Amino acid sequence: MSVTGQHSDLAPLVERGRASFAARARWNVLEVAFWLAALATVFLLPSKHLILTEIAILALFALSLDLILGYAGIVSLGHAAFFGFGAYVAGILAKYGIIKEPVLALLASGIAAAGLGFVTSFLVLRGSDLTRLMVTLGVALVLREIANQLEITGGADGLQGVVMEPVLGHFAFDIFGKTAYVYSLIVLFVLFVIARRIVNSPFGLSLRSVRGNSLRASAIGIHVNGRLVAVYTIAAAYAGVAGALLTQATQFASLSVLDFERSADVMLMLIIGGTGYLYGGMIGAVLFKVVQDYLANVTPQYWHFWLGLMLVMMIMFGRVYGAIIAAAIFGICTILKLGFMHSIIFTVALVLVMGIARPHILPITAKITEHANALQRSVRARFARKGE
Amino acid sequence: MPPVLETKGLDKHFGGIVATDNVSLAVEKGARHALIGPNGAGKTTIINLLTGVLRPTAGTIFLEGRDITNLEPHKRVRLGIARTFQINQLFADLTPLETIGLAVSERMELGRQWWRLTGSKSIVVEESVDILSRFNLADVMSERTGTLPYGKQRLLEIALAIACRPHVLLLDEPAAGVPEAERHGILDAVAALPSDVTVLLIEHDMDIVFSFADRISVLVNGALFVEGAPEEVATDPRVKAVYLGEEAHA
Repeated sequence: MSVTGQHSDLAPLVERGRASFAARARWNVLEVAFWLAALATVFLLPSKHLILTEIAILALFALSLDLILGYAGIVSLGHAAFFGFGAYVAGILAKYGIIKEPVLALLASGIAAAGLGFVTSFLVLRGSDLTRLMVTLGVALVLREIANQLEITGGADGLQGVVMEPVLGHFAFDIFGKTAYVYSLIVLFVLFVIARRIVNSPFGLSLRSVRGNSLRASAIGIHVNGRLVAVYTIAAAYAGVAGALLTQATQFASLSVLDFERSADVMLMLIIGGTGYLYGGMIGAVLFKVVQDYLANVTPQYWHFWLGLMLVMMIMFGRVYGAIIAAAIFGICTILKLGFMHSIIFTVALVLVMGIARPHILPITAKITEHANALQRSVRARFARKGE
Repeated sequence: MPPVLETKGLDKHFGGIVATDNVSLAVEKGARHALIGPNGAGKTTIINLLTGVLRPTAGTIFLEGRDITNLEPHKRVRLGIARTFQINQLFADLTPLETIGLAVSERMELGRQWWRLTGSKSIVVEESVDILSRFNLADVMSERTGTLPYGKQRLLEIALAIACRPHVLLLDEPAAGVPEAERHGILDAVAALPSDVTVLLIEHDMDIVFSFADRISVLVNGALFVEGAPEEVATDPRVKAVYLGEEAHA
C-alpha cells in the first residue's frame, strides 16, 4: 500500500494483537474452579456417583451439540443418532468380545459415529434451519427403527449381556459406580480440552465466521461446506463417545439411546446453559439433571410442568431471572401445598400477569444486571491489581 | 498482455428477467475501472457473477487468462478475486483483529489447522495488525465488530477484502451509507489501495467515480452501453441522456 515505513511503530500493536488472541485461549479462574468442583464431587458425593456419571455423559453429549450449534450454527433435532450409534457399537463390541478393553472400544465407537456423521453431514449442508431440523430428525428416526428391527441390537428388548472388562485392564467397574464416574469425568475432561483447543484454532475461528456470515466467509476464501462437514464429523464422534460411555457405565443399551426425547433434551440443556462457549452444555446438563431429579422426587406426577414453566420464563425474562421467577412460582405452590390443578391455575394466572407486566419488569432486571456487572468488573480489577 | 479480468458474452436471466445482457467487459491490469449505471442496471449482479455467488446463464469469465466461469466462490478468492459488499457483510461477533486474522490465516492455508492456537503464528498477527493500522482500525481491533460505528465497519469491509491480497478487487459502492463526516476516511482508503491491485468500482456517486476512475463502463438494463475514458463518457450525449442527466452532473 502507499503508506510505508510505519513498521517501527507497529511493534507495540503487534504485541497487543498477540495478547488479544492469547487472552481468548487462556484458562480463567472460573474455568479452573469448574473443573476443581467437578473433581471434588468424586470425593465429596460418593453416594451420587450414578447420577453424576449420567450428568458427565450428558455434558459430553451437550458439548458435542454445542460444537455444531454454538460454533457452526447447525441446528439438530436428531443428535441422538450419533449418541445411539456410539452406544450400540460399544455394546456390540463388548458383548461379542470384539474389543474388550473399554478405552479402545470407546475410541472405536467414536470413530464409527464419526463415519456416520461424515456420511450424513452432506444432508445438512443445504437448506435452512427448518430443513436441517427435519433432516436430522429423520436420520435419527431411521436409525432408531433399524435398531428396533435388527437382531444384533436386541430390538425392543435392548442389548442384554454386555459385560465390561476393567478399564485399561486395571480398574474394574464397581457397583457404586465410582470407576464409571471417574472414567466418564476423565473422558469428558480430555475431550473438553481438545474441543477448547479446536475452537481457539484458526479452524475454530473459521467456524465462527461461517456461523456469523457464510456468504462473507466464502468471499474470503473459506470452503464453507468443507468446514461444516469437518465439524459435523467431529461432533458426531463426540456424541458417539458419550453414547458409548453410557453403555459401558450401565452395561446395557436400549432403544432409548436413539429416542427423539434424547435429542430434544440435549438441545434443552444447551439452550439452558447457553451456546458458543463450551461450558453452556455442561452447565445445562448439570442444571437439567439436578432440577429433573429434584422435581421428579417432589412432584413425580407432573415434574415436566415445572421444567416447561422454567423454559417459558427463561425465554420471557432471560436465563437467570427466568429461572429465579420459575423457582419462585414453584416455591409458592409448594409452600401453599397446592395440588396439580391449583398449581396450574395459579401459574397460568401468574404467567398472564407477568406477560402484561413484562415491559415494567425488564427495566428492573436490566438495572440489577448492570449493578451486578459493575460489581464483577470491580472485583476483577481488584484481582488484576493483586496479580501485578 | 491479456486483460486481468475479462467476460465474454455474459448473460444472466432470472426467469423472464434479463439481469445481465451479453456483457463483454475487459479490465486491464492495474486499472481503476468504474462500472456505473442507473438503479437496477444490473451492476451488483455482475459482481455476483464475477465472484461466483451467481452462475451465468451463458458466457465465460476469465481471470488472468484462466476460465473461472464454473469455479466455486472460495476458489476464485484463492486465485485472486476479492470483493466488498454494498451492505456490510461482516462477522458481528468477531473482533476486527480476529476478522482480519482469519482472512490472513486462510490465505496462508492455515485455516484447516485445528490444533494450533489462532495468533500463535507471528506472521499472521503482524500482517493483521499492519492492515488494521493502515485502515485506522488499530485502536478498535479488540472490540466486537458489531458494536463499531458504521464508518469503522465500512473500513473493515474494505480491509477484509485487502487481507485476501487480491489481484483484482471488486468494490461495491464503498461509501454507501457513510455519513458525510466519515466519508473522506473511506475515500482515502480507496485512493491508497496498492497500485498493482486492479480495481473494479461500482458507484453511484459521480464525484467519486470521476476522481478515482481511469476507465468507465456504463451499464443500462443489464447491457454495456458505453465504455471509455472518463472525459469521453462525461461528454457522451447518450450517457447524459440516460444517466448523467438525472444526476445533474455537468
